[in-house]
Amino acid sequence: MIRLTDEPIRVDDLMSATADPAAGATVLFVGMTRDNNEGRNVDRLEYEAYPGMAERELERIADEASKRWPVAKIAIVHRIGVVPIGEASVAISASSGHRGDAFEAARFTIDRLKEVVPIWKKEFFEGGAVWIGDQAGKEGIWKNEGDLPSE
Amino acid sequence: MKVQILFFASLRERTGQKSMEHEISPGTTAADLLEQLRRDLPAMTSAGRISLAVNEEYCEPTQELHDGDEIALIPPVSGGQ
Repeated sequence: MIRLTDEPIRVDDLMSATADPAAGATVLFVGMTRDNNEGRNVDRLEYEAYPGMAERELERIADEASKRWPVAKIAIVHRIGVVPIGEASVAISASSGHRGDAFEAARFTIDRLKEVVPIWKKEFFEGGAVWIGDQAGKEGIWKNEGDLPSE
Repeated sequence: MKVQILFFASLRERTGQKSMEHEISPGTTAADLLEQLRRDLPAMTSAGRISLAVNEEYCEPTQELHDGDEIALIPPVSGGQ
């Protein structure tokens, strides 16, 4: 299960999607929208994706995690659109024979997702709004360059 | 040759459009296009970091563009700790 959705994420669906009789551990990571960031009181967050490419990159990350660890199954769901405070914006479930691999695979998946998947987050706070990361410098990610982690 | 350029997030807001057609000359690379856009679009001259994807794949700066390519300008992705 790899998808974008504009509806609330139901984590039970990810648990079901990664259920496997050979898996002794499932690690579920849920990213939540927080009411504060860098000293600002955040009202809500809004996510925008490049559909197609975002799903393709998510598939690629899941494949990569499955090659690096003996994972049974991986599910990734990312919410798009306005997400009120205190709700899930992203959820990842990884099942494996043993917990160590499940933890590692889930950690890798969320870290990599935040580096490469074309999904943007806009933070609305008291008195304004900002696209997170927009203040970064001029150098972009180019394929096969150091800026895009190879692992 | 014509390519389709897609704008997202801060770039969509800055330029006031989701996409546009753009004429390029043969041999134009991804890096050339980005340089042209930064120069020609006032909204982009002050834009920060931008990556390019060609037909839904991150590309190398030296990649040559072709007629009909879909070029996405990708500002920094969501990040967060």
